[in-house]
Amino acid sequence: MQSGEIDMLSRNTTWTLTRDASLGLNFAGVNYYDGQGFLVNKGIGVDDATQLDGATVCIQAGTTTELNLADYFRAKGMEFKPIVFDTSEQTVQGFASGRCDVLTSDRSQLAALRSKLADPSSAKILPNTISKEPLGPVVRQGDDQWFNLVKWVLFTQINAEELGITMENVDDMLKSDNPNVQRLLGTDGDMGAKLGVPADFGYKIVKQVGNYGEMYNRNVGPDTPLGLDRGLNALWTEGGIMYAPPVR
Amino acid sequence: MKKQAIDSRPAGPKPWYDPRVRSIFFQIVALSLVFWAGWTLIGNTLSNMESRGISTGFGFLDETAGFGIIMSLIPYDATMSYGRTFLVGLTNTLLVSAMGIVAATILGFVLGVARLSSNWLVAKVALVYIEVIRNIPLLLQIFFWYFAVLSNLPSPRQSVEVGNALFLNNRGLYFPEPVTQDGFGLVWGGVLVAIVAVMAIRRWAKKRQLATGQIFPTFKVGVSILILLPLLAYLMAGQPLTWDVPALKGFNFGGGITIIPELAALWIALSLYTASFIAEIVRSGILSVSKGQTEASKALGLPNGLTLRLVVIPQAMRVITPPLTSQYLNLVKNSSLATAIGYPDLVAVFMGTTLNQTGQAVEVVAITMAVYLTISLLISLFMNIYNRAVAIKER
Repeated sequence: MQSGEIDMLSRNTTWTLTRDASLGLNFAGVNYYDGQGFLVNKGIGVDDATQLDGATVCIQAGTTTELNLADYFRAKGMEFKPIVFDTSEQTVQGFASGRCDVLTSDRSQLAALRSKLADPSSAKILPNTISKEPLGPVVRQGDDQWFNLVKWVLFTQINAEELGITMENVDDMLKSDNPNVQRLLGTDGDMGAKLGVPADFGYKIVKQVGNYGEMYNRNVGPDTPLGLDRGLNALWTEGGIMYAPPVR
Repeated sequence: MKKQAIDSRPAGPKPWYDPRVRSIFFQIVALSLVFWAGWTLIGNTLSNMESRGISTGFGFLDETAGFGIIMSLIPYDATMSYGRTFLVGLTNTLLVSAMGIVAATILGFVLGVARLSSNWLVAKVALVYIEVIRNIPLLLQIFFWYFAVLSNLPSPRQSVEVGNALFLNNRGLYFPEPVTQDGFGLVWGGVLVAIVAVMAIRRWAKKRQLATGQIFPTFKVGVSILILLPLLAYLMAGQPLTWDVPALKGFNFGGGITIIPELAALWIALSLYTASFIAEIVRSGILSVSKGQTEASKALGLPNGLTLRLVVIPQAMRVITPPLTSQYLNLVKNSSLATAIGYPDLVAVFMGTTLNQTGQAVEVVAITMAVYLTISLLISLFMNIYNRAVAIKER
C-alpha cells in the first residue's frame, strides 16, 4: 500500500502510533476491538498466562504480537522462548507438532487457528487478554477524499445497526420519516454529494452487505466456526463500545 | 613546393580523431551517466518518501527493539536496540554459513571422489545422491528436515537421553556446557605451546624427509601433542572446569548448550544440498588432471590414496577453486531461507521483524544487501588469494 499498488487494507492490522505516524498511512476507524491471547494444549495443565514461565511460544513474524509478548513476560518477570514463523499456518503447524507450548495471536485469530487444528477441542484459549488490538481499515496518506469515504462507510454500517436498519427492512425503511434514517439512506439531505458518491450510498451498503451486526454475525459471529461473541464489539447502547459519529 | 615548418613532434591525429582521447571521453560520459542515474534514483526515493510521510534515516537503529530472539551467540534481551538485533542476526547467519561451508566441503569432496571410485556400488550410490539432492529445491529440503524429520522427535518430557547429560527432543539437542574457573588460563597456554611445537616438528620432519627420505609420523605425533599437553596443563591447574548440565525445568530444559532444531535443519539441508554441487565440481577437477599424472605416480609405486592426495588433488584444485567459491557464496545467500522455519538469521530478524516494526523498508533492505555483498566479497577475496597461491607459476 505504501508503494501505491493497492488503496486500502481491509484486514486485521492493529492501529498503533508508529504505524499511523511514520508509515505514511491513515487508519479509517476500528471495526473490531481485539486483544492478544494465548492458545495452549489442554494437556499441559495451565489455566492462566501467569503460569507460562519458561514456555516456548509460536508467533507470526512482524506483528505487534511479538512486542506485546516480550513486554508482558518482562513485566511479569517470566522468561519465554520465541519461535518466529513467516505465516500463520506455520505457527499452527509448530504448535500442533509440539515444537511450542503456546500459540499467541489476537483472540479472534486464535479462534480461527484453533478451528484448523486436527482436534480443536484439545486446545483452549486462556482467559488473559494482554493487549489492546483495535483492528480496522487502513488507507494511504495524501488522499483525504478517499480517507473520508472509507471512514464514513464504516460509520454508516454502525449507525445503520443503531437505527435498526437491516438488509431485509431497508426497502421499507426508505419510507421512514425518522430524519436520521432519511439522512443515512439518502432520501433527505445530500450526505452522498459531500463525500463524492451518489446520494443512496447508505442504502446500497445496507442492501448489499447489511449493517455492522449482520456483517459481524455472518463472518465471525457465534454461529460461525469462529464462534466469537460480540463482547466489546457490541453497540455502545448494548454494553459494547461500537460508537459511530452521527450522519448529519 | 610548399614551405613545411619543421615540427619536433611526430605528426599525430587531431584530438577528436585520437582513439585514446575518444575512449577516455566516452568513459567519462558513461560514468557521469551512471552517477547521475544513481543520484536521481536516491533523490527521487527520498523525496517520494517524504511526500508520503514515511520516515527516513538510520535513527531507528538506536530505538528499543522490544522483541525476543530464541537463539543468540551474543547476549541479547528485549530491552536492547534494533542495532543489537542486527548483530544477533548477523552472527547467526555467519554461524550457520561457516558450519555449512565446512560440512559441505568435506562431504562434497568425499562424494566427488566416491563418484569416480572403481567400486561400482560406491560410485552408483554417490551418483544417485547427487542427482536426487541437486534437483529438489532447497526450500523443500529445508521443510523436509524441519517438519518431516526433526518435529517427529519426542517431546521434552520423553526426551532421548544419554547418561543424564545429553538430551534430544523436538525442542533441541542439549548437552553440558563447560564452565571455566580460575586457572584455566594455564590450559590455554598449554594449547598455544602445543600448536607452536607441532608446527616446529612439521618443519623439522619435512626437512629431514627431503634430506634423508625417512618419513616421520607427523600427524599422529602432532595430534597426541595437541591432546596431551593441554591435558597435562589442565591436571596441573587442579582441574579448573565445571559442567553446567541441562535439566528439565517446567516446560523446557535449562542450562547447558542447546542446538535448536531450526539451526540443525537449516545446517543439514544447506550442507547436503551444496555438497551435491561441490561433488560435481570436485569430479570435474579430478578429471581435468591428465591421466599421465596418475600413471606416472603409480609407476613410482604410490598407492591410490597417496596418488590422490599428493598428486591429483593439488593439481585439481586449480580447476576446483573458482566454481567452489561460487558454491560458498550460494550457501551464504541460501542461508537466508531461514525465515521459512524460524531460525533467527539476519533476514529473519532484521529484514523481517525489525523492518515490519519500524516500517523503514528502504534502509533495512539496503543494509541487509550491503552485508551480504560484503560477506560474499570477502569470501571471494580469500578464495582468490588461495587460488593465486596454488596457480601454476610459469618459469
